[in-house]
Amino acid sequence: MGHIRVTGLGKAYKQYPSRWSRLAEWLIPFSRLRHNQHWVLQDLSFEIPAGQAVGIVGVNGAGKSTLLKMITGTSRQTCGNIELSGRVAALLELGMGFHPDFTGRQNAVMAGQLLGMQLEEIKALMPQIESFAEIGEAIDHPVRTYSSGMQMRLAFSVATARRPDILIVDEALSVGDAYFQHKSFERIRSFREAGTTLLIVSHDRSAIQSICDTAILLDGGRLAMHDRPEAVLDYYNALLAEREGQTVRQEMLSGGHVQTVSGTGEAGIVRVRLLDESECSIEAAEVGQSVVLAVDVEVRQDIERLVLGFMIKDRLGQPMYGINTHRQNQALENLCAGERITYRFAFVMGLGKGNYSIALSLSRLDSHLDRNYEWRDFGLVFHVINNRREDFVGCSWLNAQTTISRDTEVSRVEHTP
Amino acid sequence: MLLSLYRSLHGYRGFILGSVQREFQARYRNSLFGALWPIFNPLSMIIVYTVIFSHIMRARLPGVDDGMAYSIYLCAGLLAWGLFSEITLRSQNMFLDNANLLKKISFPRICMPVIVLINAGINFAIIISLFLGFLLVTGRWPGMALLALIPLIALQMMFCAGLGMVLGVLNVFFRDVGQLFGICLQFWFWLTPIVYPITILPEWLQSLLRFNPLTNLIASYQNVFLYGQWPAWSSLLPAFLIGAAFCAFGLHLFRQRVGEMVDEL
Repeated sequence: MGHIRVTGLGKAYKQYPSRWSRLAEWLIPFSRLRHNQHWVLQDLSFEIPAGQAVGIVGVNGAGKSTLLKMITGTSRQTCGNIELSGRVAALLELGMGFHPDFTGRQNAVMAGQLLGMQLEEIKALMPQIESFAEIGEAIDHPVRTYSSGMQMRLAFSVATARRPDILIVDEALSVGDAYFQHKSFERIRSFREAGTTLLIVSHDRSAIQSICDTAILLDGGRLAMHDRPEAVLDYYNALLAEREGQTVRQEMLSGGHVQTVSGTGEAGIVRVRLLDESECSIEAAEVGQSVVLAVDVEVRQDIERLVLGFMIKDRLGQPMYGINTHRQNQALENLCAGERITYRFAFVMGLGKGNYSIALSLSRLDSHLDRNYEWRDFGLVFHVINNRREDFVGCSWLNAQTTISRDTEVSRVEHTP
Repeated sequence: MLLSLYRSLHGYRGFILGSVQREFQARYRNSLFGALWPIFNPLSMIIVYTVIFSHIMRARLPGVDDGMAYSIYLCAGLLAWGLFSEITLRSQNMFLDNANLLKKISFPRICMPVIVLINAGINFAIIISLFLGFLLVTGRWPGMALLALIPLIALQMMFCAGLGMVLGVLNVFFRDVGQLFGICLQFWFWLTPIVYPITILPEWLQSLLRFNPLTNLIASYQNVFLYGQWPAWSSLLPAFLIGAAFCAFGLHLFRQRVGEMVDEL
């Protein structure tokens, strides 16, 4: 249950030059086709084993929603095949079909029926829906009196009242307030642990990286990449920056990391090192150690402005810290071909135990989207170890200084019977 | 094919029944008399026609010198016509009106016409029972022939459902269909002996009207209510065949175009 197999999937919308030509095509037997096919998705094949979580990324119009609609079954494919096993639930249009004049409870029943549930089933699930939505008395008031956040809460609670075998989520993670967002995400996570296959469309890098096993990149209606989330997202990032004359290449590093290097190449990164206090190159740093990130850059063509940025990411690709010389007001100007520059970023290693990677970018302005000379993911991979400090958890070392005062008077009074 | 349709309908029976119930609730929601309104409407119709035609205008059916006869004739025809026009008019808009739902949520689309049919059926049942009550009170109870209503209504529902399905699908692609059918309905009404008895027409026109499948169908209703007469079943054969053809064509069209329909909405 929960297996998805897509083979040769394609979707085309018919475009008729005029309304009459559709009529002609329908009425005249054996007539030639009078429409153009506008392909939005083409030649898509992938397989998702049960229980996996897959992120779908791509620019607007890449065909993400169309793909999800075909998997849920609202839209029909033009060619190809979709095989699904198990029950599919979609968090695509939360609150669709809510009738403003009916109460929240009645609408919950309606929404459940629309998902194919019978009345008794919904009645049995109702207490759980109510307690998850946490909208209190309002459940018996008409939905028109609800705030949009309350509607979302209710809709999410109904849609996820039963654990589906396949759950499809389209940016709907932003349900209600921060509290409920956490709660809903937690529920999705627990479904996943129980074996639900997840399909998530999101532009939120950290959401995809923290929950997905693989990611699919759609570009212009085609499957551009299906790989580990970091690799796909790095490639996607590079693709966003792609301009004419830019190249995107990926190399396999030892340890299974995929390094993505893209850019126009007017300037390039020659060497990246992490140095300790004695200027020795290290691969592992102690928590709290003073280190220097040294980056050697080569200028290959005359450029008017150069900004170097770096970002430290954790094992899942979530950003830990990033800064660039533009934001530090240290951008270089009027550089000549052949120049070599050495950047040194000195900092105290404030990260927790784990594996980290550093992505680097050379650009003209703050964002690499404007002019991208070079973008390099996994420019350096290093470990943080903790032998000297107390054994804390988490990814940042906040170095809490603890003072404890104990008021013995009070406690003695309390304990006297 | 029919089996799979049945299966998806069965799976969504909760949704279908819920929708029917909600439609009634929604219609009379913020009203004080609520459930009484669906009774008031047909009741007023029966009263108006009876008072105006049999008492004020003193209209008589040819050959029957009875004040009530004409009003019963009229009501029988109008009730049957009401069922016909309600189903077809609602069917032709059922996909357009629910465009949002169809585009966003995946459920068996065949539920839509079924909801329309059940809704219209319930409305009709309310009206018919009022009318029967009226007949009982005025001492014109038609007797056993009333049993003929069951196959009659079934036949009419089938006819309407088929036609409605064809119109509903076509209307998504060509909105002209809806407009055109509205006009057709006007002509159809007057080309069916509802307000007038067919016998007042010249011979040639009578034989022409026999081509109208509704002519014999509605005449059967009128005969049951007015004379307690069983329908001449063979006269209903054309309506049955045309209805079956509409159903087959409608279902074919639906299955062929249902995917494209969502793209068009």
